[in-house]
Amino acid sequence: MTLEILGISVLWIFLFGYVIVASIDFGAGFFNAYSLLIGKNHILTNIIKRYLSPVWEVTNVFLVFFFVGIVGFFPQTAFYYGTILLVPVSISLVLLAIRGSYYAFESYGARGHIGYTLTYGVAGLLIPASLSVVFAIAAGGYVDIVNGQPVLNYWTLYTSPFAWSIVVLSIAAVLYISAVFLTWYAHKAKDKEATNLMRRYALAWAVPLMVSAIGITYEMKFINPESYDNMVNLWWMFVISAVLFIITVVLIWMRKNYGLAVGLLIAQFAVAFFAYGIAQYPYLLYPYLTIYDSFTSTQMAIALVIAFILGLCLLIPSLFLLLKLFLFNKNYVTGKEDNHA
Amino acid sequence: MNDSAVMWSRALTELTLSFHIVYATIGVGIPLMIMIAQWVGLKNNDEHYLLLARRWARGFVITVAIGVVTGTAIGLQLSLLWPNFMELAGQVIALPLFMETFAFFVEAIFLGLYLYTWDRFKNPKRHLLLLVPVAIGASMSAVFITIVNAFMNAPQGFDLVDGELVNIQPVLAMLNPAMPTKVAHVLVTSYMTAAFLLASIAAYRMLRGSKHVYHKKALHLLLKLGLVFSIAALIVGDFSGKYLAEYQPEKLAAAEWHFETKEDASLVLFGVLDGEEVKYAIKVPYALSVLAHNNPFAEVKGLDQFPEDEQPPLYIHYLFDVMVVIGTLLIVVAAIYVLGKWRGWKFISSKSFKRIVVAGGPLSLIAVEAGWWFAEVGRQPWILRGYMKTAEGATTSGQVDSMLILFAGLYIVLAVGSIVVLNRMFRNNPIEREIEEHQQVEGGAGQ
Repeated sequence: MTLEILGISVLWIFLFGYVIVASIDFGAGFFNAYSLLIGKNHILTNIIKRYLSPVWEVTNVFLVFFFVGIVGFFPQTAFYYGTILLVPVSISLVLLAIRGSYYAFESYGARGHIGYTLTYGVAGLLIPASLSVVFAIAAGGYVDIVNGQPVLNYWTLYTSPFAWSIVVLSIAAVLYISAVFLTWYAHKAKDKEATNLMRRYALAWAVPLMVSAIGITYEMKFINPESYDNMVNLWWMFVISAVLFIITVVLIWMRKNYGLAVGLLIAQFAVAFFAYGIAQYPYLLYPYLTIYDSFTSTQMAIALVIAFILGLCLLIPSLFLLLKLFLFNKNYVTGKEDNHA
Repeated sequence: MNDSAVMWSRALTELTLSFHIVYATIGVGIPLMIMIAQWVGLKNNDEHYLLLARRWARGFVITVAIGVVTGTAIGLQLSLLWPNFMELAGQVIALPLFMETFAFFVEAIFLGLYLYTWDRFKNPKRHLLLLVPVAIGASMSAVFITIVNAFMNAPQGFDLVDGELVNIQPVLAMLNPAMPTKVAHVLVTSYMTAAFLLASIAAYRMLRGSKHVYHKKALHLLLKLGLVFSIAALIVGDFSGKYLAEYQPEKLAAAEWHFETKEDASLVLFGVLDGEEVKYAIKVPYALSVLAHNNPFAEVKGLDQFPEDEQPPLYIHYLFDVMVVIGTLLIVVAAIYVLGKWRGWKFISSKSFKRIVVAGGPLSLIAVEAGWWFAEVGRQPWILRGYMKTAEGATTSGQVDSMLILFAGLYIVLAVGSIVVLNRMFRNNPIEREIEEHQQVEGGAGQ
């Protein structure tokens, strides 16, 4: 394996980590706000709060890790993406800032403030929508080079069915992932009502998820034939992902083994996410930037890999401790203990 | 090159950083204060110190939240506003940036653990141990990010051959000459700021009539810590002066309005600049030579040694003054308190002394801002001293001005929100009430 492939694989894994934890987080915020609007927040709020409170800050770090890492391993991405993404990423940043801080305000300062809860919920859906646009841009066709500087063609982007399908997919995925996870979490907390409600949401969001995923594959044919061909060659990975998806939905439908359902869900997204990533190979920004022409010096790459391995030695036990104390601790999950400072 | 994009990029970066460092400085300093308070509480079996730790931790969550989101903003803005600089920096200085995310990761994980395991462990020392990685993580993120900034002031660890970077040594780039003084100064002034800010809250509550011994204990602990860290800041500040004289003489010369290279250089305090004439200033003879070289007769390089387009703006003198004056003042305040406690002076329990302590918190934040502006403006016109001018690093995008408005709006909302929430959190739940509730719970459990 070359250092380039190693670098992009590490970053892709962390981006995937962000997609999963952020989806749970964003979706939870939305369901919380929605349940407030339809008057069912007494069912969901406790479950959601109990999961989110100790982890809300960790979610953000996955994102920071990704964007710091990509500039480290592939410095030219700073030049291309930095120049074109000023407006879309600034908007995402403002939304992220509002959301992150409002969560702290709401949970620690003014409990039960309706305005905070709604802002938090809505921002949570707009963030994946605004961030996922980057996937569309990476696939190619929206960037022109003018006088040696990359320029984003907003009009083509905003009128592109492909970009909009990605937005729909990201929102559907967020709500589906979050609903499946919270079904399991509520079930662990022995909260029947919350389990049933989240189970219904999970089933409801499974359909738009599949429809938009198929739509994107179809549109890819016109946007970027090269990566479409790659995707066709990787058909078996998409089939595996689809099978995992079907088993997950069936398990949830039959109210069986929610824990396994969460595992399969993560596997399903992992397979699809990596298949999509591999199909883009070797481009970081089609057709201007590949992982080979933008790679950092060998010395820096080795230094980063060493730092990464040492970092993981610190990170994995810490994350394990976090999961052990909050996700797999009966007394905490069922709300028998509240040791909040 | 797009001149207005350069200007707006500088403005937006300055705005974001100026806002971020308020919360970031608090974020670096407060975990240490919490740890010390909790340790003292456990050691002396004193409930009041444990409550101090608990209440500070609660307020800390709000400041951390703002620190995290604005930190994420500046992290991405570096690439959005300075894409050419980041492309270059990514090749040489990515290592500390990368390590910073790990420090941040550890801090984030353990802060969640710490906040949600109060009274959960049979052995309270275990809970205290959770705070160690929070404090270390917070300080280490400051260390790594300051290393990046130090590199911008004193780049090394690469060679530039025909516009190509070769022979890149990531570790050497981290160990640049600006690093030791910068990192040390950032750390001690963060601890110092946290101590004076929290002391300022305690003094404020006492001024408002709270007679509770809790505030007295807090004030006592914090001013002692404040004294230690402010003296440390003074010592490191002196080393920083020597660093500047050696490696960045144009910054020191501009800060001291030292126009001509000469021996026996005097230090200029206050004053205004009228053309090249310094008016109303206090000149301390030989002090600049002492600051720069530890020798009253040493020669100090003046601005005449540098081409005009490589000189920093002269207004940084005022920023330097603000930082130094506030720093000195705070040492004096803390020293008077500690001496007064020891010698039994009545003066230190007076209202007027408490008013000075209340002012200490905001003043130390002003000093932090002034210090950063001084350090950053002082390396103009370079973004990477000696290698890349600020104008060459900026984006070419035409929309930076509207993004400036967008972020300014965001920071106003965040500032107001955090102040309102913190205020509500503590005003609605004063310490007297919390202690009373606490005792009821304890009593209830005992029956």
